Amino acid sequence: MGENGFWAKLYKGLTKTRESLADKLSSLFGGAGELDDDFFEELEMILISADIGAVTTERIIEALRDEIKKEKMKTADEAREALVRIITEMMSTSEPYEPKKPTVILIVGVNGVGKTTVIGKLGNLYKSEGLSVMFAAGDTFRAAAVEQLGIWAERVGAPCVKHQEGSDSAAVIFDAVRSAKAKKTDVLICDTAGRLHNKHNLMEELRKINSVIEKEYPEADRQVWLALDATTGQNAVAQAKAFAAVSGINGIVLNKMDGTAKGGIVISICNEMEIPVRYIGVGEGIDDIRPFDATEFCRAMIKTA
Amino acid sequence: MAFEGLSQKLQNIFKKLTGRGKLSENDIKEAMREVRIALLEADVNYTIVKDFIKKVTERAIGAEILQSLTPGQQVIKIVNEELTALMGSTQSKLTVSPKPPTIILLCGLQGAGKTTMAAKLAGYLQKQGKKPLLVGCDIYRPAAIDQLKVLASQLQVPVFERGTADPVETAYLSVDYAIHKLADTVIVDTAGRLHIDEQMMQEIVAIRDKIKPTEILLTIDAMTGQDAVNVAKAFNDSIGIDGVIVTKLDGDTRGGAALSVKAVTGKPIKFAGTGEKLSDIEPFHPDRMASRILGMGDVLTLIEKAQSEFDEKSAAELEKKLQSNRFDLNDFLDQFKQIRKMGGIGSIMGMMGVDKSKMTSEEDAEKQMKRTEAIIQSMTMKERHNPQILDGSRRKRIAAGSGTTVTDVNRLINQFEQSKKMMKMFRNKKKGFKMPF
Ligand SMILES: Nc1nc2c(ncn2[C@@H]2O[C@H](COP(=O)(O)OP(=O)(O)OP(=O)(O)O)[C@@H](O)[C@H]2O)c(=O)[nH]1
Ligand SMILES: [Mg+2]
Repeated sequence: MGENGFWAKLYKGLTKTRESLADKLSSLFGGAGELDDDFFEELEMILISADIGAVTTERIIEALRDEIKKEKMKTADEAREALVRIITEMMSTSEPYEPKKPTVILIVGVNGVGKTTVIGKLGNLYKSEGLSVMFAAGDTFRAAAVEQLGIWAERVGAPCVKHQEGSDSAAVIFDAVRSAKAKKTDVLICDTAGRLHNKHNLMEELRKINSVIEKEYPEADRQVWLALDATTGQNAVAQAKAFAAVSGINGIVLNKMDGTAKGGIVISICNEMEIPVRYIGVGEGIDDIRPFDATEFCRAMIKTA
Repeated sequence: MAFEGLSQKLQNIFKKLTGRGKLSENDIKEAMREVRIALLEADVNYTIVKDFIKKVTERAIGAEILQSLTPGQQVIKIVNEELTALMGSTQSKLTVSPKPPTIILLCGLQGAGKTTMAAKLAGYLQKQGKKPLLVGCDIYRPAAIDQLKVLASQLQVPVFERGTADPVETAYLSVDYAIHKLADTVIVDTAGRLHIDEQMMQEIVAIRDKIKPTEILLTIDAMTGQDAVNVAKAFNDSIGIDGVIVTKLDGDTRGGAALSVKAVTGKPIKFAGTGEKLSDIEPFHPDRMASRILGMGDVLTLIEKAQSEFDEKSAAELEKKLQSNRFDLNDFLDQFKQIRKMGGIGSIMGMMGVDKSKMTSEEDAEKQMKRTEAIIQSMTMKERHNPQILDGSRRKRIAAGSGTTVTDVNRLINQFEQSKKMMKMFRNKKKGFKMPF
């Protein structure tokens, strides 16, 4: 049928685009390249392909055009540096996080974005910095979630407070806070069940969990971090807004940056909501975590594989 | 968000247009800018959007505006139709192996929802009277096999696993185990893997080669962004997928990734995951996806209504034809197509004079319908207008042309005569009655 012909053509088109993208980029930012319409069209493609979003991309390109005019830039090289500056500035709220003593970190996010894994990595990181760490198995919903965090706790060598599957998540967190206080643990990291942000009841549950921590542990530095999957597209903005509404997130961890996705959606989130990106996850291993660096992030984004 | 406003924006653009008639190039250009942003914000891949806009623009310029629609609605209608065409309009079923067991291999990125989906599929097939076996091959993620076992026990479906032993061997052994246990469907859950992880991709190729799956299904998160094309292409290139499952569609994402994946692989999306409960699995409806991506369900309903008014008009026309005895095979085919569009298989079966109890499945009905269409399409216009001229040699030619037999052709002509009679009967019985099907 005609449909198949279209697919075949499109498929070929995509392959070609992907192959030529790398070439074009090296020439796009390759030094003396001209700053013409082609340049801006290619740039648009790169930014949109990085999940920055059509609207934010437009804004960035506009800012770059202004800058080019103002500074009378001539070469792609100069433009690249300007671009990095513009995007880095948009993410200026992002800064590395230094845990205080005591700190409690609540990790929230939709299903499968890497919450439990990043808890393992964070625990290991802080422990290696000489802090004492405890986990709370707040995902009492998903099958074998408690076991999963338990295995990470063993790897890290940290205690893990857990109840049975199906029990009340807020109650686990409550117990964990008590226990962390009693043991004078430096950093308590709490897992939560993955939940889609449009499920009202589940989001209300999160509100409750958050207020338990607020009430029970006012002296701790309270961090609520939204875990995002770098492969996620524009929906991440809706996620951030919904989670912020019930639990006041003050940080983002951007997981799965080891794939081909660029995670550009955090630019909008960071910029509009002023929520700093704290870490990026770069694999499934215990050490696969890095503090977020906006400039580096930006450079990686415009350098395609 | 920028998105909610698309229909509003389009309406505004076209408000300036007071006249009816045809869509002008300038109106379309402005409208397409909005459509483009909408599609991009819905995560449809950049390149696909580009091609799509080009195609729609070409079609829309100079298009006649339907009487019952505003120009804005007309554009939306065209956009929606093209999007639906891209998504594919028919639902795709799981392939069943003629020689049991049917083997389903799930693959995908980390966190896409494979394990949950494996269990959901098992539950779904169980309800259809199948005997599934779940196989746990994710030896990497902590407690992944525990998760599968917990879910399986909720369904009382058996699990085959060998802890953290070689997953290739586990998959291989599971097939014999299934045969031994008289399971007719094997569902293999695999570890999430990055499409650029060579070693892990080799592992899944090895699993494929060992078990020769009936279906390899790529599981993809509905919230995936622009990268969906890279993922889908890489999985398809290295192991050759047969279909796709989109998960987490119960979220509020537009789900443009579904379109991207369909575009880049050409493979159908077979199922959708719509919740955390094991019963939250649905056969995928590509046509609904198109309107979801556009985010304009309400406008589309309006357009549909206008369209159906339009259809009513044609129904009235048909009535007139019947009265003057001009109802011919062309009309018969039209009616057929219309019902097909509405998916009213049951009524079609009735129309074709098929005894429902003798019909084994919807697939049979589908085949029947295709045959009917083929036969009529093999007739000349003259023959369609005057079926009475269809003598033996003409029938023979039509049978050959449509790949059917003369008996099939005869049957169809009988059906045509019968429904003509039936319609007349209905009309006489009940005034105001529109169509019997
Ligand atoms: N490649 C890669 N995989 C990751 C990364 N972080 C997590 N994963 C994998 O993603 C999958 C899901 O991770 P989890 O930590 O279970 O995610 P979660 O958010 O806790 O999931 P739920 O609790 O089910 O909502 C696992 O297979 C992890 O190994 C990362 O940075 N890179
Ligand atoms: Mg988890």
